Amino acid sequence: MAHGDNSKEKIVYVGDSRVRRGSGFITPPDYTAYPGKSEAFIPNFLLKEWMVGVVVLVGILVLTISEPAPLGFPANANATVIPIPDWYFLFLYQYLKLPYASGDYIVLGTLGVTGVAFGSLLLAPFLDTGRERRFYRRPIASSLMFLSLIAIVYLTNTAWTEYKHEMAETGQIPEDVQREEKAAENKAKGLPTTSAVQAKEIAIVDKDDPAMALFKQATCVTCHAVDMKGAGGPSLRGVGDTHDKEAILAIIKNGQGQMPPMQDTAMAAGLSEQDIDSLATWLAKQKSEQ
Amino acid sequence: MFKNVYNWIDERLDITPIWRDVADHEVPEHVNPAHHFSAFVYCFGGLTFFITVIQILSGMFLTMYYVPDIINAYASVEYLQTKVAFGQIVRGMHHWGASLVIVMMFLHTMRVFFTGSYKAPREMNWVVGMLIFFVMLGLGLTGYLLPWDNKAYFATKVTLEIANSVPVMGPVLKELMQGGTIVGAETLTRFFALHVFFLPAVLLILLVGHFIMIRRQGISGPL
Repeated sequence: MAHGDNSKEKIVYVGDSRVRRGSGFITPPDYTAYPGKSEAFIPNFLLKEWMVGVVVLVGILVLTISEPAPLGFPANANATVIPIPDWYFLFLYQYLKLPYASGDYIVLGTLGVTGVAFGSLLLAPFLDTGRERRFYRRPIASSLMFLSLIAIVYLTNTAWTEYKHEMAETGQIPEDVQREEKAAENKAKGLPTTSAVQAKEIAIVDKDDPAMALFKQATCVTCHAVDMKGAGGPSLRGVGDTHDKEAILAIIKNGQGQMPPMQDTAMAAGLSEQDIDSLATWLAKQKSEQ
Repeated sequence: MFKNVYNWIDERLDITPIWRDVADHEVPEHVNPAHHFSAFVYCFGGLTFFITVIQILSGMFLTMYYVPDIINAYASVEYLQTKVAFGQIVRGMHHWGASLVIVMMFLHTMRVFFTGSYKAPREMNWVVGMLIFFVMLGLGLTGYLLPWDNKAYFATKVTLEIANSVPVMGPVLKELMQGGTIVGAETLTRFFALHVFFLPAVLLILLVGHFIMIRRQGISGPL
């Protein structure tokens, strides 16, 4: 690791900034031994760099306070939202929409050009092996990079413009703006400001109806539970939302899925045809919203 | 007292050379903005690390409130955003920091590229740096889904469709990330695990490699 002045090493570093290997305690070096105005990393240089860091930190905080992080409405597979990735993926997103990078040519898009571009970036030192470091003396590497940068800027801009245009055309407002407006409106009215989906427990309709006793007597409770929330079988709370009386009667008579026909079992437990009918009527009344 | 404790540890572990190397190594004039204003381009790497530290710290505080399941994820983020003291600031720092870290890393990469600093003997450090870049993009991608709002949900759907279109590997990759046949509860927990455990672990290992290499090789000389 140590580099003397009479270096016979394979690699000679220009402006070597490493500490030479010594034995025991390393005394702070005499800076006059180095050409130019170099200085120790800690504390001299780090304090200067920290000043730059503070400016950046203040920048982030100003951004944070003036522009709160956006939050839309809860994910809903049925919502109509124009999908848009984070801004630094826009160029890739837009690129994969180009005719020769999508559809039948999608492999060219995902693996071909993208793979070659990122692959050559990853392996740049092994492709650009000349000793010249100044970019204007490396025309091929530099012009390829400039070309990529122009393409990235162009694609990002196109993607964003198209997104804005599409939003305006369909009359959509970004959801985070909508959510904030809604929250502010509700706050003014004294209503809850949340947009989160509230899990509401579905209540049993007409709990005192005699059919509730029939429900227990007919052994329905074995699978659907006494509280009707389901045990082996599904919950029957709110079953009236999806099934009418005829459908329920049919299921009792013929069974469904894992449920065997229950008509005879219910009769054996002492229910009459009419009891089953009123049980089905009552079940059909189990709607989640009243 | 402190000196005695230090000496006791130093006798056994010989830690002095480690921190003296970090503290005393010379920073040459050509990278010091105090001497050449144009040398500010050499700050981008340090700033990337600085913002990465901000991301780790703010992320740690976010996990105190965030719940990675599809019923509570949105509600917990909304609660954090609107009800928790300074929650909006912490989430804001993580949100904007995510963009800024990409910007800084991009500028750092461009500095290294246009000053030709990736050339021999620093090829390996460039490759590690590019891997850090990809991990950062992965962190951005996985973090985008976590608030579980519509924007996150539909963007992730499109991303996974794109992954699916890669030949041979695509469908496997998609199912692995998605954790099933739809973007749902499994996807959210997988992205959460990737965002909070897997990718940061890889990132830290790569960063250690990046820093050890730059200490061993020193910063590249003036052009």
